[in-house]
Amino acid sequence: MKILVSVKRVIDYNVKVRVKSDNTAVDLTNVKMSMNPFCEIAVEEAIRLKEKGIATEVVVVSVGTKSCQETLRTALALGADRAIQVDTEDGLDSLGVAKLLAKVAQNEAADLIIMGKQSIDSDNNQTGQMVAALLDYPQATFASDVVIENGEAQVTREIDGGLQTLSITLPAVVTTDLRLNEPRFASLPNIMKAKRKPLEVITPADLGIDVGSNVSVIAVAPPAERAGGVKVGSVAELVDKLKNEAKVVS
Amino acid sequence: MSILILAEHDNKSLKPATLNTVTAATQIDADVHVLVVGFECQAVADAACNIAGVSKVLMADNAVYEHQLAENVSKLIVDVASGYSHILAPATTTGKNTLPRVAALLNVAQLSDVIKVESADTFVRPIYAGNAIATVKSTDSVKVITVRITGFDAAASEGGSAECEAVTQVIESDRSRFVKEQLAVSDRPELTSASVIVSGGRGMGNGENFALLEGVADKLGAAIGASRAAVDAGFVPNDFQVGQTGKTVAPDLYIAVGISGAIQHLAGMKGSKVIVAINKDEEAPIFQVADYGLVADLFDAVPELESSL
Ligand SMILES: Cc1cc2nc3c(=O)[nH]c(=O)nc-3n(C[C@H](O)[C@H](O)[C@H](O)COP(=O)(O)OP(=O)(O)OC[C@H]3O[C@@H](n4cnc5c(N)ncnc54)[C@H](O)[C@@H]3O)c2cc1C
Ligand SMILES: Nc1ncnc2c1ncn2[C@@H]1O[C@H](COP(=O)(O)O)[C@@H](O)[C@H]1O
Repeated sequence: MKILVSVKRVIDYNVKVRVKSDNTAVDLTNVKMSMNPFCEIAVEEAIRLKEKGIATEVVVVSVGTKSCQETLRTALALGADRAIQVDTEDGLDSLGVAKLLAKVAQNEAADLIIMGKQSIDSDNNQTGQMVAALLDYPQATFASDVVIENGEAQVTREIDGGLQTLSITLPAVVTTDLRLNEPRFASLPNIMKAKRKPLEVITPADLGIDVGSNVSVIAVAPPAERAGGVKVGSVAELVDKLKNEAKVVS
Repeated sequence: MSILILAEHDNKSLKPATLNTVTAATQIDADVHVLVVGFECQAVADAACNIAGVSKVLMADNAVYEHQLAENVSKLIVDVASGYSHILAPATTTGKNTLPRVAALLNVAQLSDVIKVESADTFVRPIYAGNAIATVKSTDSVKVITVRITGFDAAASEGGSAECEAVTQVIESDRSRFVKEQLAVSDRPELTSASVIVSGGRGMGNGENFALLEGVADKLGAAIGASRAAVDAGFVPNDFQVGQTGKTVAPDLYIAVGISGAIQHLAGMKGSKVIVAINKDEEAPIFQVADYGLVADLFDAVPELESSL
């Protein structure tokens, strides 16, 4: 079984986000970038399936500028076998990314596509579902448990009311939630080894995909700040404030 | 042009998230239709007909739709979607699961988690865990949108008198099968529609200690929430998680207990009207957004709070 994992290079989740003063975008100059945390979970799941002997090959793919090769190298250091960079400008919309990923999945004849549920920059939560729709594959989003058996994936999903388990036939798309696994760290020898693993660069034109978008960003503004509050000295003072000042407790 | 909304429901009752989505829709255009996809879901359709501002309800009632699987529901929506300028769903796990498939099948983009309508083609949505607010314009022929429910007031659940029309297409989903569900049963209000929420973090120490929060929640008629750390540690189930990648809430009162206030947590609760933080670390970032901060050990403060309410 071949697994395709998509990984996105995003602002590190610990970085304090700043909006550019001209309100056009978030300022990413000299900011630490990392693999999207949900993609780390996706890579980890694929590696575990390989370690269990269920997967035979793990291919990682990233869509973006040359800098996302760094993210692909990280995935290779974690244990992926081979990487593909689809060379594009940054800032494609999810539909464009999904079309590219769907085409790669088709070319690779991947049996399982594991993706993050959400990028922590765009907060879109849609690319995986779009890839599944474009390929007419079944999907299991927000996965917290994946069991592969007899050409099917039995997936437990984190939903608003609790947990749901679905059984989907392969090929399929799974998107990861936080509780699926705890990603490992890459060891130094593996980071060295990863430098020699194959990394192929292709273009949207190679894939015959047009990534044009009808969505434009008009402005990016900082959020309204909450006015700072006060510290109270005791529970009695807190209850008094809630009753008589904020009037949210009767 | 008309707007189609995918109703949020569990086959028995219409979920309040639908009402907020109706408000978002009426800010785009006046002709709002609601699509109910489910099984034995007549009561849901009846409730949708009563929503003020809804002019028509479409109901697809068939066993194949019982679990609202994304594969067939998205195809059904595309089937009935011609003529609609906008397709909306609340940004719940159901909406997020299904609507991107609809967008891809229609070859259009999706705008996720919209919090404000500027015009029929321009919308506002948070990005980067709410640390930036983007205004985006779409020239797609159909706008596919998920609506963040805390961005819009609920429409009145009574006062409408829409006609209900049956949708008879039966689309099977042969490659995806429902196996089972473990849904939390609770007498408490639902997290996303509660007016008071008491949330616990890693500082609670273990799951048993959440009983302390329940005591307070009982007195306030509150829902219980949690940080990711509390969920990851197994103190409470996953559906308690508030934050960037959990639920977004905006109650009148949010009480954060033993929660440090990471940006990913703040993203889900910063819109609350009044925020209270109880934390023993006076440097905890949660105090920067709290209207009332109490620096104290929660094991002293929470029982005292319960008894003084
Ligand atoms: C991709 C990604 C997505 C994420 N999504 C979310 C999300 O949706 N929601 C979310 O919440 N987090 C999310 N996180 C995690 C987030 O970054 C934090 O790790 C998490 O919110 C921390 O939870 P906490 O505040 O409970 O724990 P900690 O940060 O460990 O804080 C515990 C607090 O309890 C206090 N405390 C301890 N004992 C006591 C006591 N006896 N009395 C009083 N106070 C006490 C401590 O002073 C401390 O401030 C996400 C992270 C990533 C990477
Ligand atoms: N540019 C990209 N390159 C590779 N994978 C991506 C890219 N954008 C999105 N994805 C994948 O899609 C998931 C969901 O992203 P999104 O729909 O943008 O929230 C991510 O976790 C990635 O796995």
